[in-house]
Amino acid sequence: MNSPTLIVGLEVHVQLLTESKLFCGCANRFNPDEPNTQTCPVCLGLPGSLPVMNERAFRLALKTGLALNCDISPFTKWDRKQYYYPDLPKGYQISQYDLPFSHDGWLEIDGDGDDGGRRRIGIIRAHLEEDAGKNLHDESGRGGDSRVDLNRAGTPLLEIVSQPDIRSPQEAKRYLEDLKLLLTYLGVSDCNMQEGSLRCDANVNLHVTTDDGKVAATPIVEVKNLNSFRGVEQAVEHEARRQLDEFHRTGRKLGDPGVEKETRGWNADRGVTFAQRGKEEASDYRYFPDPDLAPVTVDEELLETIQDELPEFPAERRARFGTAWGLSNYDAAVIVDQGAVFADYFERVAKTCGDGKQAANWVTQDVLRELNERQLGIADFPIAADLLGRLLAKVVAGELTVKSGREVFAELLARTDRGEDIGGGDIDAIVAEKGLAVVADTGALEVVVERVIANNPNAAEAFRGGKPQAIGKLIGEVMREVKGADAKVVRQMIVERLSR
Amino acid sequence: MPRTTPAASDLPDVPVVELLVRLASGSLTAVELAEAHLERIAQLDDSLGAFLLVDRDGALRAAQDIDRRRRNGRPVGMLAGLPVALKDVVCTRGLPTTCASRMLERFVPPYDAYVVERLRAADAVVLGKVNMDEFAMGSSTENSAFRPTRNPWNREHSPGGSSGGSAAAVAARFAPLAIGSDTGGSIRQPAAFCGVVGLKPTYGRVSRYGLVAFASSLDQIGPLARDVKSTALLLESIAGHDPRDSTSLDADVPPYSRNCEEPVRGLRIGFARAHFGDGLDGDVESAVRRALDVYRSQGAQLVEIELPHAKYAVAAYYLIAPSEASSNLARFDGVHYGHRAERFENLVDMFAATRGEALGDEVKRRIMLGTYALSAGYYDAYYLKALKVRRLIRQDFDRALERVDAIASPVAPRPAFRLGELVNDPLAMYLEDLYTLSANLAGLPGISIPAGFSSAGLPIGLQLLAPPLEEERLLRVARMHERETDWHERRPEL
Repeated sequence: MNSPTLIVGLEVHVQLLTESKLFCGCANRFNPDEPNTQTCPVCLGLPGSLPVMNERAFRLALKTGLALNCDISPFTKWDRKQYYYPDLPKGYQISQYDLPFSHDGWLEIDGDGDDGGRRRIGIIRAHLEEDAGKNLHDESGRGGDSRVDLNRAGTPLLEIVSQPDIRSPQEAKRYLEDLKLLLTYLGVSDCNMQEGSLRCDANVNLHVTTDDGKVAATPIVEVKNLNSFRGVEQAVEHEARRQLDEFHRTGRKLGDPGVEKETRGWNADRGVTFAQRGKEEASDYRYFPDPDLAPVTVDEELLETIQDELPEFPAERRARFGTAWGLSNYDAAVIVDQGAVFADYFERVAKTCGDGKQAANWVTQDVLRELNERQLGIADFPIAADLLGRLLAKVVAGELTVKSGREVFAELLARTDRGEDIGGGDIDAIVAEKGLAVVADTGALEVVVERVIANNPNAAEAFRGGKPQAIGKLIGEVMREVKGADAKVVRQMIVERLSR
Repeated sequence: MPRTTPAASDLPDVPVVELLVRLASGSLTAVELAEAHLERIAQLDDSLGAFLLVDRDGALRAAQDIDRRRRNGRPVGMLAGLPVALKDVVCTRGLPTTCASRMLERFVPPYDAYVVERLRAADAVVLGKVNMDEFAMGSSTENSAFRPTRNPWNREHSPGGSSGGSAAAVAARFAPLAIGSDTGGSIRQPAAFCGVVGLKPTYGRVSRYGLVAFASSLDQIGPLARDVKSTALLLESIAGHDPRDSTSLDADVPPYSRNCEEPVRGLRIGFARAHFGDGLDGDVESAVRRALDVYRSQGAQLVEIELPHAKYAVAAYYLIAPSEASSNLARFDGVHYGHRAERFENLVDMFAATRGEALGDEVKRRIMLGTYALSAGYYDAYYLKALKVRRLIRQDFDRALERVDAIASPVAPRPAFRLGELVNDPLAMYLEDLYTLSANLAGLPGISIPAGFSSAGLPIGLQLLAPPLEEERLLRVARMHERETDWHERRPEL
């Protein structure tokens, strides 16, 4: 029996970054601490209230559709999806059924191989809908009333449905990561998985080649509410194993009588999927066009405007960082994958100091390390890109050694930690205070070299006697006395002096 | 019956045009006018049941404020001091809005409907909320969960519906003006049954924001009054664009009340033979023919028109309206507001018990019809097909209205039926809407004006339809008939 083929499609829900909700003027903001404060008659579903489409949300949706290479429908409409649930105050969700605003696109991701091959994952459709509220159940076990918070009700939500093109758990994770990166580059969502602004369901099954050479498909399982990248990867992996196991035990396959799509949950702690009660009995949503909302027409002019607003996509940016700044694929990916703001920071540093590689080394090592230690995003990093660029310009020009540059960097951070404002003047001041300027005066250096050799006859003797590592002590002594000295120059001078 | 002072008892009979003159001159105050109507309601409404809620304090407060402003020379609105009754389907902030349903018996909206905002801005004095069929579903006001309303001309008869309370209140001189809503004839039919004027505007002419939805693509709010000019005045004050209703039309509002006096030159009135067929009451038929003669005598040309798809209107309507209703009424689930059952086993049971006990039979019937029509596998055959018929009906009217200025027809097949006569025959009740619901399907404006009385002394109405946004023409044509007749001046003895 060949190894089975994994078939995965992802359904991703993304909350859009708008000021207000999709059909009313209430604030669109994550605010679980003050339930039901961001509500009005419309999102409360009060009798007599009517929805009005948020143009801004629709434009963000179009932007996403274009970035996902989708066809944009010239005519789209709103439909009511009807079911009863306490977090759905109207008894229906305003969504898009048979005419989504966009369809048939793709997202390119890295393939599983190391050959740099790329894979296109098809997008079936992306549509816009309103989010529901949140039910809050009493978790004390005392059986208290459940409560409903409608702050989230009416938040613009984009549903992006991929083709079942994903073939491995790693691809599933990469697809989601790349999708998130694209959406944050577009500025359409903050994709905060903890706050639920990016949510993912995975449809998983296997194509198994049986001993007689036939291909059997296992029943499709929808794993709900995967709220981390690792979760998606692990759930798909687990589900693949579980389905193969079950297939071997039962032989049940797609299309057999009584086989229906199953919905399972994901237990991240135990790393297993678990059966949920079958899809709600009310699977007939009785969709029909919402008579309260006019259909939306999208003309070429609007599409062109939005096309012009599209930023550089992550893939394009990675490539450009290679050609324009001479970065390796690896470095370019590390920078771009941190997000648009980080990549902007890098570019600014690179432009100011004029050396892309130097800039890449610093932002991927020093800056990233500090951000991680400080739990900060790049937008809140205390050393502005211009300032770091000026510091690196000195390094690039040979006025500062890399080591001294790190010392200045650390001191700049220390100053901001003390609440001081820092600027270009601080770099020069620190260099002066610490005596870090590269000493170009070889005459002064020679004096020190002479003295150090005289003071360390044993080390000098050892070097002459064929122990090259003994020079380290001599270099260290010189460097201690002349902070701005270039270690290479010092080594050269000592070697020359001892070889005479 | 206790007698009031002659001065007070006369006021409710004074035409709106004259009331405005007296109010403007200061010879009449808004408080006096409001008190006269409140007094009449207090004395007589027990026997009619037009009002579900009388807001005496609120009305007097508003009237005092208007009088004070007028005394101080400050500006007042175009309806300043005129009392108005609101169908209990428009939301009023701080005042219960029940839709005549147990479901919303204790529901107090936190906001005013657009029309209520406009009426308050125009300084109308809201007297209270009037009765209706539950959630505006019905043609007799017998589907009110609280009480039926009686016809002021004969209390054994229905005032029509669903805006029966509005029409009865105007006919009974409880209010010179009333707001109704019309989804399939719910303003025009009760106006006809009660001998008053009722206008359903073009779909989108008046904002639906704050109108508790029955069938969103058919619902329109409109005015009822005793004569054409005051109907025009009320329409003028509530029509216009509202960005909170996506289906609201962004079109200018002409000065209807001034322009309605102008007759239409070279008037062409269309009539369809199908409107005079089987099932039409003899008295109604002769009243309509007499009205056509009134127009002919003014030089109008009578043109026979064809409405080939009119026969499918009832079927299409009773698919579209219940489908939308089944969705619109889903929100009444006992979770967030309104009635909630006290006993239930679980969540689903709470929904079921709540709706089971708090919705009336007719409402349930329509929810079930609509739920069925929208179900997977039936949608195309029912709802989608009904939408196609709807388009054909609109095309019929577009074609006919290229040849005529307005279409005249009966409003209802017969004068007001007896209370209880049709309650057990839903289909017969649905056929009451035969002549009116096409205007809703096509989105056209329609008006019902007094056109005579039956041999039993019950009012008969004439319906006029015009192209979209031609309310002005409709009012002018209506006024041409009114000027030559005095049906609108008759009043029921209470």
